[in-house]
Amino acid sequence: MQRRTFLQGSLAGGAVAVAVGAGILSPRTVLAAWPQAAFEAKSVQDAMSSLYGSADSNASGDIKIKAPDIAENGAVVPITVDTGIGGIESIAIIAEKNGQPLAASFNLGKSAKGFVSTRIKMGKTSDVIAVVSAGGKRYAARKNVKVTIGGCGG
Amino acid sequence: MAKSIRIRAKAKGDDTTVKALITHPMETGLRKNKKTGEKIPAHFIQEVTCKHNGNTAVTALWGPAVSKNPYLSFRIGGAKAGDSIELSWVDNQGKKDSATTTVK
Repeated sequence: MQRRTFLQGSLAGGAVAVAVGAGILSPRTVLAAWPQAAFEAKSVQDAMSSLYGSADSNASGDIKIKAPDIAENGAVVPITVDTGIGGIESIAIIAEKNGQPLAASFNLGKSAKGFVSTRIKMGKTSDVIAVVSAGGKRYAARKNVKVTIGGCGG
Repeated sequence: MAKSIRIRAKAKGDDTTVKALITHPMETGLRKNKKTGEKIPAHFIQEVTCKHNGNTAVTALWGPAVSKNPYLSFRIGGAKAGDSIELSWVDNQGKKDSATTTVK
């Protein structure tokens, strides 16, 4: 009798564990960890708190942002971020005055160097902020880009 | 899906520069169809993963603010000529593609 109740109990427990496991796994198999809240945030502060858990960052002279002073077409603004900071974990590119400021976040593995380059859309003239996360701290640099024709919507 | 990725990896000293061009509309979901006035649904790449010899080197998380037909470039250390570089992407509609190249 005792053995029977034990079996029933373990079977029920097993079924719950399988259901929970499936529930957690199904969305993750599609995307590892796309931070939806950070990308949908409407301000730089919100985006950073959502991405890193805090909006704090230190200004750093060791981050170089290569971007045009004047972008004729806001739909294609080439941005290059180059940094010599060691122990780098990620580089985020933020266009301050975009409706959704966070444009991209690059998670860098151990073998990756502190260099990323891509092209982003900018709605209007604003600062481009590069946030480098290294060793649990965040460092930021910014560069103003003038946009003559916006690249969001249209 | 037809091949959407053009990728090149070139070693120079210790650093290997990987450059890639992906063909993708990158719709923000904010644009309207000029004729019908209807919104064009969002369609953009969310995640790009680059693997060097099978180990993830870079994971790029993208929002809709990355330009149409995205270009990306980054550097990885410790790669030698002949190593394999695999790049794959997934978009918000679940479409995906990948391409592999060797370091030159």
